Amino acid sequence: MSDVRNVVIVGSGPAGYTAAIYAARAQLDPIIYEGSVTAGGALMNTTEVENFPGFTDGVMGPDLMDSMRKQAKRFGAELITDDIVEMDLTGDIKVLKDGSGNTVRAKSVILATGSAYREIGLVNEKRLSGHGVSWCATCDGFFFRGQTIAVVGGGDSAVEEATFLTRFADKVVLIHRRDSLRASKIMADRAKANPKIEFLWNTEVIDVLGADKVEALKLRNTIDGSESERAFTGLFVAIGHIPRSELLTGQIDLDNEGYVICEGRSTRTNQKGVFACGDLVDHTYRQAITAAGSGCAAALDAEKFLAH
Amino acid sequence: MATSKVTTATFDAEVLKSSTPVLVDFWAEWCGPCRAVGPILEEISDEYGSKIKIVKLNTDEESAIAIKYGITSIPSMYVFVNGEVVTQIVGAKPKPALLKDLESFLA
Repeated sequence: MSDVRNVVIVGSGPAGYTAAIYAARAQLDPIIYEGSVTAGGALMNTTEVENFPGFTDGVMGPDLMDSMRKQAKRFGAELITDDIVEMDLTGDIKVLKDGSGNTVRAKSVILATGSAYREIGLVNEKRLSGHGVSWCATCDGFFFRGQTIAVVGGGDSAVEEATFLTRFADKVVLIHRRDSLRASKIMADRAKANPKIEFLWNTEVIDVLGADKVEALKLRNTIDGSESERAFTGLFVAIGHIPRSELLTGQIDLDNEGYVICEGRSTRTNQKGVFACGDLVDHTYRQAITAAGSGCAAALDAEKFLAH
Repeated sequence: MATSKVTTATFDAEVLKSSTPVLVDFWAEWCGPCRAVGPILEEISDEYGSKIKIVKLNTDEESAIAIKYGITSIPSMYVFVNGEVVTQIVGAKPKPALLKDLESFLA
């Protein structure tokens, strides 16, 4: 069984790379599947990260991930830029298949697949995706120079996107279902002080209008139910995330929102030898630093498991 | 065959008048998903270069063409046949998914 690895890490945000750094330094010879297009995780779509400790003047999200990746590589982690498309985690030897058709077997698996953007769930949102509907302000903001655009959501990511988009757009309208933001105070204050940002409270988007590109949004007031239309050329959706746990269903215990359930404060899942970390398990904090911390814990838990 | 760069000056000859289908990758330096999909397009170009020509258009440098084709998200990968856009792929995708989207051109 010489081809059985000690540990396979699936996913490569701060959680996956930190797990790889720790596992590599523990001489576990880890292999990490970074994802073919998602390598680096959610931070690849951000700009300045101001709150990662140790970076006095902030750091660009992609640069931070590149550093973590190099650090994992320096200690001997094997990095594979491919996706895991199938997993059998139920046996003592875990079997995983990648997007190129290769199979890898391992005694333990660390799951760090993170989360995906949540969609509003409108037919026209999907139809006009890439034609005015976007989930990535840093990718697409540039194309809305001088225009009036909408951001839907009320958390940190919505407020950050709205603020970022004012670099390009003439006006950014933040549409939120409630009457106050969930975003952190420093970000909310920054947005409220920005003259290009208008807040549309107690409002939800019920349709996206336009033949081949976004032309307007149909809105509903969440208090009195009244409906209206307003012209926008772009819609940025920032209403949170859903855990990327679809390959785990039926093998790993998930909660009713799809997050992996871990035992107590550990990263142990209900399957022996399978550990989970990062946004995949985290309802609450969802920060680069907390993801990195849980990636570290997962590697230590896996190390302990393998020693027995 | 490696991908090549296309500009406003060469777009007509390289894309619109091409005798083979051309995939134009609208991308920019600062776009994370564009950087992720770049190497995949290089591989596809290496493997299927005789069937489809893959060119890259930097939307920062050549914004007029990006605007002309209504690009609002990158990466966007448009396939041109006889000067017309026949397929639009928006967003980074894994290689098997891209090959599936392009399958009619690669046969």
